[in-house]
Amino acid sequence: MTNSTNTEASQAITQLFEDRTLLAKKRAVARKRRNRSEQRFRWAGRLSIAFGIACVLFLFTDIISKGIGAFTQTYVDVEITFNQETLGLSSQSTEQEIKAASFSSFYKKALREKYPEITGRKEKRELYAMFTSDMPLILRNMVVADPSIMGSTQIISMIADDDFDTYYKHSYGRDLDEADKISRLSDMQEGLVDSLAKSGAVKTKFNTILFTNSDSREPELAGIKGAVVGSILTLLVTLALSFPIAVATAIYLEEFAPTNRITDFIEVNINNLAAVPSVIFGLLGLAIFINFFGMPRSVPLLGGFVLTLMTLPTIIISSRAAIKAVPPSIREAALGMGASKVQTVIHHVLPLAMPGMLTGTIIGMSQALGETAPLLMIGMVAFIVDVPTGITDSATVLPVQIFLWSDSPERAFVEKTSAAIMVLLTFLICMNSFAVWLRKRLERRW
Amino acid sequence: MNKAQQSMAEIVKETYQTVGLPLLDDPKIRVRNANVFYADKQAIFDVNLDIGKNQVISMIGPSGCGKSTFLRCLNRMNDTIDICRVEGDLLLEDEDMYDKKIDVVELRARVGMVFQKPNPFPKSIYENVAYGARIHGLTDNKVQLDELVETSLIRCGLWKEVKDRLNEPATGLSGGQQQRLCIARAIAVNPEVILMDEPCSALDPIATATVEELIHELSENFTICIVTHSMQQAARVSQRTAYFHLGKLIEVNDTSQVFTNPEHQLTEAYITGRIG
Repeated sequence: MTNSTNTEASQAITQLFEDRTLLAKKRAVARKRRNRSEQRFRWAGRLSIAFGIACVLFLFTDIISKGIGAFTQTYVDVEITFNQETLGLSSQSTEQEIKAASFSSFYKKALREKYPEITGRKEKRELYAMFTSDMPLILRNMVVADPSIMGSTQIISMIADDDFDTYYKHSYGRDLDEADKISRLSDMQEGLVDSLAKSGAVKTKFNTILFTNSDSREPELAGIKGAVVGSILTLLVTLALSFPIAVATAIYLEEFAPTNRITDFIEVNINNLAAVPSVIFGLLGLAIFINFFGMPRSVPLLGGFVLTLMTLPTIIISSRAAIKAVPPSIREAALGMGASKVQTVIHHVLPLAMPGMLTGTIIGMSQALGETAPLLMIGMVAFIVDVPTGITDSATVLPVQIFLWSDSPERAFVEKTSAAIMVLLTFLICMNSFAVWLRKRLERRW
Repeated sequence: MNKAQQSMAEIVKETYQTVGLPLLDDPKIRVRNANVFYADKQAIFDVNLDIGKNQVISMIGPSGCGKSTFLRCLNRMNDTIDICRVEGDLLLEDEDMYDKKIDVVELRARVGMVFQKPNPFPKSIYENVAYGARIHGLTDNKVQLDELVETSLIRCGLWKEVKDRLNEPATGLSGGQQQRLCIARAIAVNPEVILMDEPCSALDPIATATVEELIHELSENFTICIVTHSMQQAARVSQRTAYFHLGKLIEVNDTSQVFTNPEHQLTEAYITGRIG
């Protein structure tokens, strides 16, 4: 620093302290700058929140607009006479006889008789394809349930095929360009839809099939029941294993374990495990549970094991945080009263830490509910049409079902994918609200 | 450490020998050559002290002098600190408190403790007082337990204030009430000794006066050791006073003697306000 700047600086400082208006001016400039930066900061926050909300809204509108169609299904009322001669059955027939009868040819014949003007082989096939391929089976089940309908004429609410269903729900009767039309139907089929609709036989009803059926190759027959039950069973296994193990681990590490290298090592590893990609846990499950222990693949029990491995770190970490948050004065009070260490933990620490532990557990469960990758590794991606009845039945879970359907090209499966996502999100929201409610309830006690 | 404190430390180092009357005939607690370490750092040096039956002894001294540490040795609360190590002989009625055969739960049932900050359990008032009886299995039925809770609360002068809200959370009481509840909780198991670690430092003067009165009444039946920062409080409630300095027991004597005619220059410096 040279002498001249030195004197300049000292002059400026002297002036500053002599002249209070100059001081006020300088402060005003600084204040303006400060206010501006605070405003900027506030706006940045508002913008981030707005962006977040916009993203969520976009996601929800997209999913809902795509998936809402899957909650309705097109039915066609068709009169069918259960012809005793064609089927070779009577109202006294036994179940075995009914099951042996050819309902398929009976059903096709009934349809041909409805539309005698359709003659060509191709046209006939197109006619059959208007309704779900399971129709003969449905008719047979009706007869099995009530053999007395043999010989009578019944109005059958026939499930429309997915192409019919999609066309009817999204394009029929609307003034659309050819390019915007969603239709895989031939002109003849579209004509049939038109005549059926005009006769008032076509109805759209709430799609119960979605909730009562499991997966199917036919989009109109595919439902999420199997996946939902699979998810619930898997989560029950996960909860039953991970909660007690995690809580016991957290209590031991926090309250009983001596602080030494081994516990430090365990702690570091638990924290690291929480960051391990979930697909690794799937590979681990494949290697250990299937290849080494020889457990059956694709079952909720195994899925629960793998998801337990995945959620344990999450629950342990949050449980430890909850235990740490219990004031030490409570522990001292209990110990000072002559309570043993275990009594102190069970009577005082655990009840106070429980809300936090439960929150962590539900977060872990929500994670497990949405997890796909590790389950792919252990074969829960299989195509399963039966609803699992126990934890050792083959099953799939909701997110995997979504993954499977999202791969299918049919428009109806695209709808079902979004519908399944909506169901999954509903589950998650319910679980999280339950967690919040539970925590409030437990905390409010004192 | 400033120069004055340094020179005080020199005095302690050179002439360390407890003055006054540290030893008694037939004491409740006998402490001989007690040394306490936190890891490598020594916190208590060679303390010899007897605590008389049904007496109140107060422990005073500047912050960090080890009086709380010493107090916590008397019911082995220091066990909860991993790095803490206690050496020497600490006898309760001629039984070694640190003997391996002694159950620490049993010891703490005989030597109760009241802490600096009122720390009632976040449960009902009733449950707070009943807790000790429950874990030690003192009562046979609900009627006895009710009676015990009532007696304990009456002895602490809290019964009238809380009898209509026994099932309300203890954390809803005022600070002074909470501290008296903690004392009620401690005496509900009828300990022989009650240790009090600055029981009034978080209370206002009126609540302090109530608690002091309570200590005075309780001294008829219990041996009480109280750590306090207030010399007035020590003078009001205790029969004997022990002065600690930098982990060393400097002087023990009758309270009136210590405050009117201290033998050791450090004690004098402390009570006249020159160190502290």
